[in-house]
Amino acid sequence: MNFQRKFALLLPILALVAAGCGKGSTETASSPEASGSPAATGEKVKVVFIPKNTGNPYFTQVAKGFESSAASLGIDFNTQAPATGDATSQLEVIKNQVQGGANVIVISANSPDALNEALDQAKEKGVEVITVDSDLTGNESHRDAAVLPTDFSKIGPAQLELLAKTMNYEGEFAILSATTDAPNQNAWIEGMKTAMKNPTYAKMKLVEIVYGDDEPQKSSTEAEGLLTKHPNLRGILSPTSVGLAATAQVLENSGLYPGGPKATGRPGIVLTGLSTPNQMKKAVAKGVVASFQLWDPADMGTIAAYLGAKKMKVKPGDTFEIPGKGKFTVGEKNVIYAGSLLTFDKTNIDKYDF
Amino acid sequence: MGKREGIAFGFLVLLSGVAGLKEPRLFQPQSIESVLLWMPLITVVAMGQLLVILTGGIDLSIGSILGFSGIGVGLVLKANPHLPLPIVFLAGLAIGLALGAFNAAVIVWGKISPLIVTIGTLAAFRGLTFILSKGDQIDSSMIPDSLTVLAHSGITIAHVTLSWLLILALTIALITFATLGFTTFGRNVFALGSNADAARLRGISSGSVQFAVYAICGALAGLAGVMYASRFGFVNPGSAGSSFELTVIAAVAIGGTKLTGGSGSVLGVLLGCLLLSCINVFLSLLGIDANYQMLTYGLVILIAILTDAAARRGKA
Amino acid sequence: MKDRPIVPAVLLVIGTILASRLSPHFLDIHYLLDTSTLYAETGLMALAMTFVIISGNIDLSVGSNLVLTACLSAKLLAAGWGIPSVVVAACLMGTCFGAINGWLVAKLKLPSFLVTLGTMAIYRGIAQAMLGPASVKLPKAFTGLDQLLWFKIPVPFLIFLFATLVTGLILHRTVFGRWVFSIGTSERASTYSGLPVDRTKIIVFALSGLMCGIGALLIDSRLGVARHDLARGIELDVITVVVVGGAAITGGKGSTLGTVLALFLVMLVRTAMGVANVKAEYQLTVIGGLLILAVLAGNLGQLFNRRSAARR
Repeated sequence: MNFQRKFALLLPILALVAAGCGKGSTETASSPEASGSPAATGEKVKVVFIPKNTGNPYFTQVAKGFESSAASLGIDFNTQAPATGDATSQLEVIKNQVQGGANVIVISANSPDALNEALDQAKEKGVEVITVDSDLTGNESHRDAAVLPTDFSKIGPAQLELLAKTMNYEGEFAILSATTDAPNQNAWIEGMKTAMKNPTYAKMKLVEIVYGDDEPQKSSTEAEGLLTKHPNLRGILSPTSVGLAATAQVLENSGLYPGGPKATGRPGIVLTGLSTPNQMKKAVAKGVVASFQLWDPADMGTIAAYLGAKKMKVKPGDTFEIPGKGKFTVGEKNVIYAGSLLTFDKTNIDKYDF
Repeated sequence: MGKREGIAFGFLVLLSGVAGLKEPRLFQPQSIESVLLWMPLITVVAMGQLLVILTGGIDLSIGSILGFSGIGVGLVLKANPHLPLPIVFLAGLAIGLALGAFNAAVIVWGKISPLIVTIGTLAAFRGLTFILSKGDQIDSSMIPDSLTVLAHSGITIAHVTLSWLLILALTIALITFATLGFTTFGRNVFALGSNADAARLRGISSGSVQFAVYAICGALAGLAGVMYASRFGFVNPGSAGSSFELTVIAAVAIGGTKLTGGSGSVLGVLLGCLLLSCINVFLSLLGIDANYQMLTYGLVILIAILTDAAARRGKA
Repeated sequence: MKDRPIVPAVLLVIGTILASRLSPHFLDIHYLLDTSTLYAETGLMALAMTFVIISGNIDLSVGSNLVLTACLSAKLLAAGWGIPSVVVAACLMGTCFGAINGWLVAKLKLPSFLVTLGTMAIYRGIAQAMLGPASVKLPKAFTGLDQLLWFKIPVPFLIFLFATLVTGLILHRTVFGRWVFSIGTSERASTYSGLPVDRTKIIVFALSGLMCGIGALLIDSRLGVARHDLARGIELDVITVVVVGGAAITGGKGSTLGTVLALFLVMLVRTAMGVANVKAEYQLTVIGGLLILAVLAGNLGQLFNRRSAARR
């Protein structure tokens, strides 16, 4: 028995040490070279995209943007998503990809600051770090550039305006967001609150902000709660696709949408927000959601792929042109906007498939 | 209603009373319906979990089975949008049964602890769900109205609508009650949980009883996957059923079922499900700040456990 | 019982060989050591969880304990406390939170699954109520422990090895350790034998808490920030490691060595798959399958040992 235990202990240690020592020295010697200048050695630039989580159609669309230009740019592209969208789930992926020889890491950060150290280590090894869609708010020095879908400061006001128009600029409304700490959500909501000060919206009142954590069950319960707590509610804004989809179902169930069975004698509750077209096709067809907004996530992929492939070190004020896509300017804190907000409604929703 | 169920019921009444004082809208038909919307999913899965826990086991993979079934059924519907509803439900049941049978096989033939096997399948089935979905989710356009309408239409009593999903869930609860109370199989389940060795000596084939409960548990979780699609109108491979196992086990345990097996009741589990549904809805209706919700949830669970223990000791 | 560590050991060797074939970037000892820093907290908590599970209980609150202690420690540092004081404070806090679990289980005779389910939500809930969505940044002087190397080995890993030695000795070479095994095998028999069952249980949970406290310091240093949503799901990882290492969930069986080997195995498999660009969904399936395989192999191994012992 005693021998077995000692054997059990020694076996793996011996195996690892023997294997490790042999390879270790040559590996570490060559890795900095490999990740630093692939052009010099004639290899393809290795670009890896790390989305927030797997099974997310939004990021699948971003990846499509990469894939469409991967061949023409001559990059070796790969998507590696963590299984969950937790704050630290991407750490291991970052480390593994750097070890695996990635030259460019494009990441949609799950946390504004938990990834700082890991990204710094990557940069020290010569890896370029670009954030896409979700930036390291407050920690921008830990990445080289950011490609955001559209000017975030414009999203809040645009969403508010879209809701207001459908509400005829008066009445109570509520916001159903994702998690309390999602930086882009909070930025957009702040934008809405600031825009509310405009006299155009004087007759509208924001009664509550609730958080559905991007979970269907919780989002549905919160939406139902809104309907119960605020009998005079006239509008709901959900700038997250999970929240919007869940609320659309709740609103449909309740029959309180404009023109719905229980909306007789009252204007009906208006719903809008941000979502991919595919998730909203049914709701729009039924009139539960008149219109909503988003951008094409693939644009971000295309731009990030270009930046990565050319290993561009940008600074504010730089401009560059992507053939077929147009000119882009690098803004403050190295942020590049991919495009503008698209409004989807009955007239154009069938043209899109994402 | 036994002692333990009585305690759970008492706690429920107390909680509703206190919450209702702060927010009288709690008793409006809309809020009651909101609570009742939570019930079907938890109840159906909890019935399966009850069977498993009664035999002294546990099944942590039910959330992943729910997700797999939701995606699987969604894909089937995508290909055949006009599939009759009973077939859709049967499909979910069948998918769950297959996965549950896998659990059962490894537990019974591999002689491995159910906790370990289901921790393993919790991960493995979730992985398979992602693979099956190919990175996409099942959108609302793929789920027919005939399915989603079941979540909010049904029989209306006193302004409160009991949805068809709820009626389905209560029917399953009734069947479970009848099985446990009036069949040999039911008696064997209890016997296995109270004293496995004695049960074997009495000639009860523990292997087949165990196999059956894990298979049934899986089947019910699969059925819940269809109910999930009906309730939310969409299924995402990552979030469908995620962390659901802990909620269900909490519901079963709070309802007075001993986690070591051999003792428990359908009524207790129903009360536990109701209590948890209430907690989730009250958190939203009472306007409890989102940052305080998890703390409140934990405190309520702890108080429920303490109350149960205190009452047991007082009366014992 | 003593022959159980052989299974994770063999799997580890097989795994290493397979992993090295999967990707040329894997067999880099410096890289593997660097990756180990990601698992230091899991490892420490697994060492203590071994005690908990052997005693027939379970502790679902380890992740939440870690996070709460990490947030509190970060706040203390931000308030100007010195590093040594915060280190002591973190250990005390973690131990306290663990002891609360122990007290509820031992004195109030509440089932550990339910109690720790509740404290899992309460502890993390307190952290969330305290911080909300904000992060607490840690002072530069405190961060980067995972990059500090002594004799080319990252300090967190050394801390883990030291903890392994200490807990291993306690579990397998002291009377206390025997008490833990005894309680797990039969609590009633232990009580009749005059063992201080309640006190032992409280100490076991307190030990679990202590490891969370140390882990909290490590995670603070590694990430440089403290938030309420860190280390989600870590409790399941910890339990998986202890069980693959040979501990029986019903209590009475297990070993420190088994836990450590299982930890290396899990680390190895996940790192190998990560470096080989295996997609997350496949990784989930593999880890799940590995768990079942490991225990299956253990059972077969036991069968084999019993047969050969009988032959002898």
